[in-house]
Order: sequence, then C-alpha cells, then structure tokens
Amino acid sequence: MTSEIIIQAIVTGLMMGLIYALIAAGLSLIFGLMEIVNFAHGEHLMLSMFSSFWLWSLFGLDPLFSIPITILLLAFCGIITHYFLIRYILKAKMLIQICATFGLSIFIRSIAQLLWTPDFRNVDKPLLEGRIEIGSVFIGQPQLYASLVCLVAFFGLYWFVTKTETGLALQATAQDRHAAEILGIPSNKMFAIGWAIGLGCVGVAGGMMANYFFIFTDVGINFALFAFVAVALGGFGSIIGCLYAGIIIGLVESLGGLLIDPSFKLLYVFAIYLLVVIYKPQGLFGRY
Amino acid sequence: MDSKLEIAKSEPIWNTNNRVISIIAGLVILLFALPLFGMNSFYLHLFIMIFMHAVMAQSWNVIAGFSGQISLGHGAFFGIGAYATSFFYMEYGITPWISIFFGMFVSGIFAVLIGIPMLRLSGHYFAIATLLIGISFQVVFQRWDLVGAASGLWVTMTPEDSWSALQFHSSKAPYYYVFLMFFLITFFLVWLLSRSKLGYRLRAVRDDPQAALSLCINVSNYKIIAYVISAMIMAPMGSLFAQYILIIDPDRVFNIEISIIVLLITVLGGIGNVWGPIIGAAILVPISEYSRIYLGGTGGAVDLIFYGLILMIICIFRPNGLISFIPKDILERKKQR
Amino acid sequence: MKILTVENLSKSFGGIHANRDISFDVEEGSILGVIGPNGAGKSTLFDLITGFTKPDTGKVKFFDKNIFGISPDKISNLGVGRTFQKLKPFADQTLLENVMIGAFVKEKDIKRARDRALEIIDFVDLIEKRHHFAKELSTGQRKRLEMARAMAIDPKLLLMDEVTGGVDQKTIPGLVELVKKLKNTGVTIITIEHNINIIMEISDNVLALDQGKRIAFGEPKEIQNNKQVIDAYLGTFDAA
Repeated sequence: MTSEIIIQAIVTGLMMGLIYALIAAGLSLIFGLMEIVNFAHGEHLMLSMFSSFWLWSLFGLDPLFSIPITILLLAFCGIITHYFLIRYILKAKMLIQICATFGLSIFIRSIAQLLWTPDFRNVDKPLLEGRIEIGSVFIGQPQLYASLVCLVAFFGLYWFVTKTETGLALQATAQDRHAAEILGIPSNKMFAIGWAIGLGCVGVAGGMMANYFFIFTDVGINFALFAFVAVALGGFGSIIGCLYAGIIIGLVESLGGLLIDPSFKLLYVFAIYLLVVIYKPQGLFGRY
Repeated sequence: MDSKLEIAKSEPIWNTNNRVISIIAGLVILLFALPLFGMNSFYLHLFIMIFMHAVMAQSWNVIAGFSGQISLGHGAFFGIGAYATSFFYMEYGITPWISIFFGMFVSGIFAVLIGIPMLRLSGHYFAIATLLIGISFQVVFQRWDLVGAASGLWVTMTPEDSWSALQFHSSKAPYYYVFLMFFLITFFLVWLLSRSKLGYRLRAVRDDPQAALSLCINVSNYKIIAYVISAMIMAPMGSLFAQYILIIDPDRVFNIEISIIVLLITVLGGIGNVWGPIIGAAILVPISEYSRIYLGGTGGAVDLIFYGLILMIICIFRPNGLISFIPKDILERKKQR
Repeated sequence: MKILTVENLSKSFGGIHANRDISFDVEEGSILGVIGPNGAGKSTLFDLITGFTKPDTGKVKFFDKNIFGISPDKISNLGVGRTFQKLKPFADQTLLENVMIGAFVKEKDIKRARDRALEIIDFVDLIEKRHHFAKELSTGQRKRLEMARAMAIDPKLLLMDEVTGGVDQKTIPGLVELVKKLKNTGVTIITIEHNINIIMEISDNVLALDQGKRIAFGEPKEIQNNKQVIDAYLGTFDAA
C-alpha cells in the first residue's frame, strides 16, 4: 500500500467529515435548544436531496443554483415540524419525544417510498463535475466544493449563533428557557427558528451532495447515524464539537474502509462511539 | 388515628377484581379451544403473529416501559434467537428446544456488554447506541459466511411433523399452541415482575433516577438488569419464528422494521403497562397482515406511513396509549377515593 | 458521638467555588440548621455529602466510615436519607408506592414493606392520601411524601432541603411540627432553611454559609449575634 492511497483516503475522509459536521451541527443546535434528538434528521436530509433532484429534473435547475430554494424548503419543513409535532411534545417524557421523532422518520421515509419508489436516482451532468489532480491525489470537484460550502456554512452558523442577536437569544433560550422568557425572548419562536436553521444546515448539505450522490429514499439513514454519533462525540449541544467529531468520523470511515474492509464502515464508527462513551462520556469537547 | 392505619393495613395489597379475572380466564380457555373449531390456516397464522408480536412488544416494554430506556435496535435480539436455533440445528442437529436457551443466553450477554457502557449515561446515548447495534448486526450477518451470509440459513425440513425438531408441515395448529404457551408464560412472568420488588424499583428508576439513588437503588445496575431480561424475552421469539418459517436471512430477522414495530405496538397499547402490548398487538398485527394481503408486498410502504402517523398521534394526544382509555380501577391499580 | 464529620470540603464548577473549605460536625440525635443567602452553596453541600456531586477535596465521615466520593446509592445504603429542594416524587405512582420503594430497603417482603410504608405515611399524617398519585398531591403534601420516602430507608441521618420552601404560610407550622416529631424518633437531621425563625426554633446547631464558605458555626444564639452572619443577611432577620 502506497502513501498516495493513504493520503487519498485522508482527503476523501476529510471532505466527507465536513459534510457530516454540518449535518450534525443542525442536529446539535436543535438538541441544545430543547433537548430533543431529531431522529428524523436523516429523512430531512433525504428530502433536501430530493428537492434538489426534482428542481433539476422538472425545471432544469442545476443543484448549485437551487441551493437557496432547497435551504428555504428545508427551513420551512423545520418550522412545520416544530409547529405540528414538536411543540406538543416539549414537556413530554424523553421516551415520548424519542418515539415521536422516530415516528416522523418512519412517516417521511415511507411517504417518500410511496411517491418516488425506492429507485436510485442521480443528477446528470451537473455544473460541478470532473476531478482535479494534485500530485497523485485525485479530488472530485463536486465533493471538494460540497465540503468547502459545508465548511463555510458551518462557520456561518457558528458566527450566527455566537455573534448575532438572534443567535444569542437562541443561546439564552438553550440555557434557561424560563429566564429567557422573562427577558422577553419568546421560547416558542426561538424553537421554530432553531428548527428552521437546524434543517437549513441539512438543506445545504443535501443540496451539495445531490451533485454527486445517488438519491434514494433510504439515503439519509447512514448520514443520520453518523450525525448522531458526531453529536454524542462532540458533546450533546456543542456546535464546534461537531466539526471535530465530523472530521474524526469521516477519517475513521475512509481509513477503516481502506485498511480493513469497506463493508464494515458502520462498525468502525460504532466502535469509536463505544470507546468515547466509555472513556469520555461527556463527549470529546464538552458543552459549548 | 390508629384505626385508619389498621384499616389501611387490612386492605389487600392488590385489588382483585373478580370480573376481570374471570374474563381473563375465559379468554385463555377460548384461546386454547379456538383451533379445535377448525380455524383455517390464515387465522391460525394471524393469531400466531399476534402472540409473537405481543411477546416481542412486551420485551421492549420491560426496558422502555419499566425502566425508561429507549432501545431502537431491539430486532438484534430477535435475530440472535433466530440464528441460534437454525444454526445449531443445521450444524450439530441440536434440537431447537435447547438452542432457544443458547439464543437467550447470547442475547443476555450482548445486553450486558452494551448495557454496561451505555446505561450509565442519559437515555439519548443508549437510544443512539441501540440504533447502531441494530444495523451493525444486520451488516455483520449479511457478510458472515458461517451463517450463510446474505442468503441466510435454510433449515433442513424433517420429512414429517416433529416435536423434537419443532417443525410442523401438515398444520399450523401445533405452532399455534407453542406460541400460545410462550405468550402466556411470558406475560405471566412479566406480570409477576411488575408486582415484585424489582418492578417497583425499576419504575422508580424510570420516574426519577436521582430520587431512586437516594433510596439505595443502584440505578445503572437496575437498568442493565431490565435490559438483560428484555433481551432474553425477545430471543425465544426469534427462535420460534425461525422454526415457523424455516428460512431466515439477515434482511428478514435483523430488519429495522422489527425494532420499529415492537416500539409502535407498545406505545400504541400503553407503554409501561403489562397489558399494553397485548392491546397494541391485537390491533396492529391484523392491520398489518390484512394490508399485506390487500395492498400486496409492493414497497410495503403504506402500512409504514400509517405506523409513523399513529406513532406521532399517540405521542401527541395519548402518551399513555390506548389502555389509558380504560379506567384505572378496573385494572390492577387499586383506588379508594 | 459524632454522626457526621466534614473537613475542608471543597468543590468548584469550572473555576467557580461552590463550596470552599467547609468544616463542621453533627452530634448524633441533634438538628443542624444550614442557612445562607441564595447561591451560598447549601444545596451543593448536600449533594457533596450524599454523593450526588463528586467533591474535589476534603473529608466526609459518617460515624467512622469515610464516605468521600462514594456513589449516592451506597451512601444512602449506609443510612443517609435526603429530600430534594426541587421535589422529585415518582410522579406516576401513588403515595404508597413511593414510600414502599424506600421501604424495600429494609423489608424484602411486599406485604411487610407495604405495612412499614403505611406506618410511615401515618406518621407524616397522609394516610388518607395513600392511594393518590404523587402528581395529584399539593406541594406541602409532596414535601411530606419526600420525608416519608426518605424515612422509609430507616436513615440514621436525614438531610432535608428546604422543608418549608415554596409552601404557603398555613402549611409551614405543620411541617415544622413534623420535623420536631421526627427528631424525637432519634434520627439526626440536617436541614436547609430560609426562614431564620424556624431555624432558631428547631436547631441545636447552625451552620451559616456565604459564597460557598462557612462564615459561622455554633449554637443558634451565637449565630444570631454573629456580625458576619448579620452582614450576609443584611437585616433579613427582621424581614423573616
């Protein structure tokens, strides 16, 4: 095995990791805000990829240009999710909260299967195509741009949450929603915003991945699993932790696949999860 | 003052409602008698599936309903049970009656291994871990040549009905009785559990772990105990199912749908209640079997849409499940107002 | 005999000292009142003694046994009961079931655990409410529930966090009487109280905390005249 192959795997892992990080950041934001894990996160990702696909297939809109629409659709989807489901279960037991979002995931996935069949689809000839060669390492252009866009979106999110007024209001609500209400921050509105932004992140990731990924109804499952792991690794609720965790997962996945056996990628990530939970249960980076 | 205490002490610990007892006894007798009236094989199958799903949901109820920990990969234990009997019968000719216990044992070991790291932490860690486990098992078995990888195990058929090989080809009635027995035994044991000291302490762990700690209850140990019991209830159903269909493969016995349906049945019927899983199974299994007949196997998505919808509606409007429509004093919780 | 000895107990959360170098001891059979303004570290002190929070440094001895840093279930098993400031009843279970869960520590048999639980429920004057769900009880009744539940494990030392906090004026005297009645059974009590008059009335000793530090420890009379305590409370003596 040559070093080129290993470098290639590291680059690939890094690029995937940035995408995982953004997906996980959306999940983490929602969790930090209301202590609810969105078990339908993968299905939301699937929806964003399909949104991108249909905009291309029906209106000839390249995924690159439809990204704003996809983000808006997903943000809207987040508000609907909050309005019709989440706000009713805010005070429910964790048990019920998990079951409710799990129910949502089954619902979305099976509706998608009914409407669009479980077939694999892909976007033909998107603007982002081909690959570039640096030394002996090949980098797919869509992958490269997807990971860069995700990185930018990630830091945009981080800036938004830590610097803007709305972001600070979100943080206040996350820390103590009653105290925040007394200060005049309506928690219900903050929750809706949190869902819109959280799923907006998924919209960015899904829209970019539509350029080069097969699009099918179960596509979100693995991404969601990795995002759950990333959120746990990064420390539930920590956004910046997701970045490191996402990259770790991306690297473990691609290097494990290269060095051991690609069909057991899930197991390597699972092993990392087990190890971290056993040795550092508060997550690698703590909260905030 | 004393007299009130004496009155309280003289109360029975459990309210025994004779009418409920006679209804249950009547139903049990009816269930034993049903096949004698010449049920056709579809109805036998329907009841077998109800018994099986009720036990599977009860297994989930023990970990989720009694101790409050959500497992999203409970299908793993079903699959272990299924592979245990089929594999040992095929390789070594060991009768399923023995290998059922292998399956239970292995499931219990896995529950301990998973439970020790995960159940010390808040419930989300466990839920995510179990989701990963459920899928990992499917992935591993799909590629594990010893157990037939993706094509699974085809159990050699005995030429005739055989109790020792637990195979019946001429009629489904023997299967019916085997499942019925497991169903009754499991429910009886779980019912005893819910009334035992262990049951009380598990509910304490579920309702408030910190308060439980202040009452000498080692919370994580109790969660692990519940998880092991739960796994050991699930495994025999996998074993019996394998004997029932005689062909098992990873996509069937480790399917995530198994994990979904046990959760759904329990939440629908009434989580944390011993009778919830029966109600849930009696409603959902016929719906699922009939929709399979009328809607066909294409995609099979329609019943899943329905499941997802019910799950959300129940969570929003009836978090205690359908059983909460039945007044409490009719059931076992005594009430004297 | 000293039932509890605390020496130089400290705990900080991310640089903030919740408890700093706290030392005191409790005589068996007595009542120790813990006072201090909000955020003085009273509840943290309880959490450190009962093992709910791991202390950083110091010594905690229960009789002669070192209980520093041991898990809460083990500490309660030695005979240290507690109630919580933010009440933690098992909400979906009846009062009787709540207390039975505690009673199982001493009685393995269901019937005997039930009878023991009933006796304790009778002791806290809630016998008529025994079949009510915990969530249906009033705040004052839930305080009694928590006391009964803690008593059910037959503790030698009972830590009570704000027995009279959050209940209306009419309910307070009954709860105070109950604490006195409890003391007469021989159990040692440490209680956090905001109401200074109550503390002075029931305590044998008082520990005053401010900003995580011990500012005074001694008999109620001494404390009442201690300048530091008066400063910390800044006239709240009159208000109370």
